Amino acid sequence: MNVAAPGARRRASHTGLYAFLCSVIMFFGAFTSAMVVRRGASNDWKGIPAPDLLWVNTGILALSSVAVEKARRHLREGNRKNFNIAWSTASLLGALFIAGQILVWKDLRAAGVFLNSHPGSAFFYVGTVAHAAHLAGGWIAMAFLNWQALRWTLGPGKRTAVDVASIYWHFLGLLWVYLLWLFRFWGN
Amino acid sequence: MLLPLVIWATAVLVAASFAIKRWWFPAPINAHAASFDSIFSVNLLIMGVIFFVAQALLGWLIWKHRDRGQQARHSEGSTRLEILWTSITLLLFVGAGLASTGLWYEVHLSALADAGLKIEVAAKQFAWSFRYPGPDGKFGKTDIKLVNDAAGNPFGIVENDPAGKDDIVSSALRVPAGRHVQLLLQSRDVIHNFFVRELRIKQDLVPGMTIPFRIRADKPGEYEIACSELCGLGHHQMRSVLVVVSQQDYDTWLRRQAAQR
Amino acid sequence: MAAPAGRPKVTNMNHGFLRRYLFSTDHKTIGLQYITLSIFAAFVGIALSVLMRFHLVYPESRWRLLETLWPDGAPGGVMTPELYLSLMTMHGTIMVFFLLTTVPQGGFGNYFLPLQIGAADMAFPRLNMLSFWTTFLSFVVLCAAFFVEGGAPLAGWTAYPPLSAVGQIAGPGQGLGQTLWVLSIALFCIASLMGAINFITTTLELRTRGMSLLRMPLTCWGWFTTAIISLFAFGVLLAGGVLLLLDREAGTSFFLPAGLMINDKLLANKGGSPLLFQHLFWFFGHPEVYIAILPGMGAVSTILATFSRKPVFGYRAMIWAMLIIGFLSFVVWGHHMFISGMSPYSSIAFSLLTVTVGVPSAIKTFNWLGTIWGGSLRLTTAMLFALGFVSVFISGGLTGLILGQPALDSYFHDTYFVVGHFHMIMGVATVFAAFAATFYWFPKMRGRMMNETLGRIHFYLTFIGVYAIFIPMHFAGIAGNPRRYADFAQFDFLKDLSFLHKATTHAAFFTAAVQLLFLFNFLWSWWKGPKAGQNPWHATTLEWTLPSPPPEENFGHNPPQVHRGPYDYSLPGAPKDFLMQQEER
Repeated sequence: MNVAAPGARRRASHTGLYAFLCSVIMFFGAFTSAMVVRRGASNDWKGIPAPDLLWVNTGILALSSVAVEKARRHLREGNRKNFNIAWSTASLLGALFIAGQILVWKDLRAAGVFLNSHPGSAFFYVGTVAHAAHLAGGWIAMAFLNWQALRWTLGPGKRTAVDVASIYWHFLGLLWVYLLWLFRFWGN
Repeated sequence: MLLPLVIWATAVLVAASFAIKRWWFPAPINAHAASFDSIFSVNLLIMGVIFFVAQALLGWLIWKHRDRGQQARHSEGSTRLEILWTSITLLLFVGAGLASTGLWYEVHLSALADAGLKIEVAAKQFAWSFRYPGPDGKFGKTDIKLVNDAAGNPFGIVENDPAGKDDIVSSALRVPAGRHVQLLLQSRDVIHNFFVRELRIKQDLVPGMTIPFRIRADKPGEYEIACSELCGLGHHQMRSVLVVVSQQDYDTWLRRQAAQR
Repeated sequence: MAAPAGRPKVTNMNHGFLRRYLFSTDHKTIGLQYITLSIFAAFVGIALSVLMRFHLVYPESRWRLLETLWPDGAPGGVMTPELYLSLMTMHGTIMVFFLLTTVPQGGFGNYFLPLQIGAADMAFPRLNMLSFWTTFLSFVVLCAAFFVEGGAPLAGWTAYPPLSAVGQIAGPGQGLGQTLWVLSIALFCIASLMGAINFITTTLELRTRGMSLLRMPLTCWGWFTTAIISLFAFGVLLAGGVLLLLDREAGTSFFLPAGLMINDKLLANKGGSPLLFQHLFWFFGHPEVYIAILPGMGAVSTILATFSRKPVFGYRAMIWAMLIIGFLSFVVWGHHMFISGMSPYSSIAFSLLTVTVGVPSAIKTFNWLGTIWGGSLRLTTAMLFALGFVSVFISGGLTGLILGQPALDSYFHDTYFVVGHFHMIMGVATVFAAFAATFYWFPKMRGRMMNETLGRIHFYLTFIGVYAIFIPMHFAGIAGNPRRYADFAQFDFLKDLSFLHKATTHAAFFTAAVQLLFLFNFLWSWWKGPKAGQNPWHATTLEWTLPSPPPEENFGHNPPQVHRGPYDYSLPGAPKDFLMQQEER
């Protein structure tokens, strides 16, 4: 309760993050129900494109989450050097995931699958781009922390920032798994 | 101490202006509209009494407890009262809601012995068209590419389909009195709404859907059809008429129309 | 995310003009920015409605001003139907989003939530600033629609596709104007979500010592519940907006079915569902009504208690009622769609849930009456508006029970009955609460009192005015008059209703003019009002323990210790008729 008490900021950051996650869940919830309704509304459903490259991207994103967890453990132990290595790895893998998604979109376009080709392709692009946009936001926070960490200006008070960024990153990982399930299995 | 007087005067004026029924529903032309009117009256009476009592009480409390230097009574509330008025309003409101469910069920869900006459209704920005299957009782095939309003083919009836040869297209909705009519509502562009005041019902016409909608008019006469869902700049002029005639006149009209085709 | 304001912040009084007044992170400045934006938006919205009402009653009259403003929309000074519909669309959008959603939460909520819970600022001050400027940008983008080719959109504030999704061929304003509308709403969603996150975090984490949840003033409960509703509702509207934008700009078919022929042109779309948009829109749209009114309910409860010198009757029941309203608001959206072509069975379910929302609303009304019952009523302008709120809330709420029944709504849907209903319950009630809040808190925000005589005149004329505007609309609705008609000349049955429309229009002119009294009072009092003390109303909540206006750092290094609930008025045996929350006795 005491606003001046230590830990108030940390708690506030976490509460704010969880509130934000609720709104993201509502957005993707609306997206999902739109997809269910749209699929049932008409007989032009042709499945959802889900290239195999998505598995590679999923692996990359999973690895980046593992790296994030490793980094947090190093930070708790006070091992700043190892933290920097793990966190940098996670940032790099995050960038690689986004690059991989861009590659997926390029491949689909090359194969003639566009946003307005059929309902499945429309939902695929909207879902993946919305996810990537959220992920890019998380990645910017991650990269900012990384930059501070590499310049050794990441103070001990930044534990909260690292934790919040990590939770958000894991959440986006889970969200991705959910979307992948929707696209690969539910949609076809 | 103007406020109680203003609140009371407002409540009296509002209640009186409802009571005189100067601007009111048109006369009902079937049993459904008559039941609608009686259910509405009951609702209006309940809401009117609550309205009047609540406003009168509000004014009275303001008057009685105006500041005359008296000490306010400290009271944090009363669980018994909360339970009392919660249960009363719950019963009253849900009761009112349930009471009108039958009327809704009757129009939209009940099965009919008489399959009735089928008429297609097509709406576009900003006109109505109605199609009758003609003497053969069958609608001809349509193709959206053949739609041509200028050539009198707003439905896009396929020329060489024999079932369509005798189809009748009209810009007014003519129905026989006392019979169930199954309207098949379609729109080719945006959402419109089929509303006839005297029938007390309305239904959206949604592009991409064919919505069956049942009507029955008992009293012969002409009644205006008004679009009641915003459809663009000509929304206010999207008008047609429902012409209710005797079965005999209807049959004559149908024969004459079919002969003209 | 910006750093939370856990510790007392350093005052930035020595910042330059930009940081102090424009890009301030101080919740009080941001609150005032929201209030200013809302007042401006309200007068724009009023002006649009006056033009609309004028046209409805005098459709043939030529008005040079109109031609100057809209050369295409009013050639020769006569308003075209498309201009009428675009004014209507903009009136609705501006009023719903930039007045009714903005002033209760963004304005008063921002200013007073931290003060009432004893915090130094909102949890994320920079995010707070970002929300305001995003809202502002959203407003600018919306207004820009007036100035682009084709003008403002004409699809109404509900923007149903296909009308809103097929572009210019469906009418002028459906081109770039409608695109700007969608963009503006998307920005507004983002701003509201940022605001909601801030309000929730602030309420949960920044309460001062002793301020348990059940010691919070009902205003805070109102803002808190509203923030939770916003958090769950705006994300869904955002999703709907994104899909609508893609249907418009990228050729997708989320909402556009096959075989659409608009203006004799066959479109290539396939398989979309127009009803899908309505579901997404109203899943947001119904909770939106409560987003507008809940903060007002909180403020009215507080103001009634203060000026009755009595605790709020049934404090806990009031909280429960708000939370139940918040929950139910998410399961009743279908009552906007009874006649839309969705399953008639679901209409019955939605209907029963809808009439159930009447119950917590009735509980609140009973408790307001209980609050003034046995009190010692001081009829200040704030109190008059709070009591007026109760009156219009009853009047507007009861018609909702009629509209909530699908069999009856089958007649009333999209008639003036609905227009009268929602203006009364959502518009007038919320605005009355906002007026009450303005008169109540102006002394705190500015350190000066508003003029009571002018305030009373403004209240009485407005009270009579709104009934005179909106009650005749109910009769037009009972006679079957459809809403959103630019002209009543085409239908025989509408000709009989001209008296009603004349009455409404003249009452609207009158009431609109009366609002200038408020504007004058506000501005005059801002500079010239007599000095207010720290606690002119002898109120109990924490903001009244600070000087007026409060210092930038609020409570600074001494956050108060709270000892009691928010409404300890007329406690038996107490030395004075109120005990403030931080007083031990």
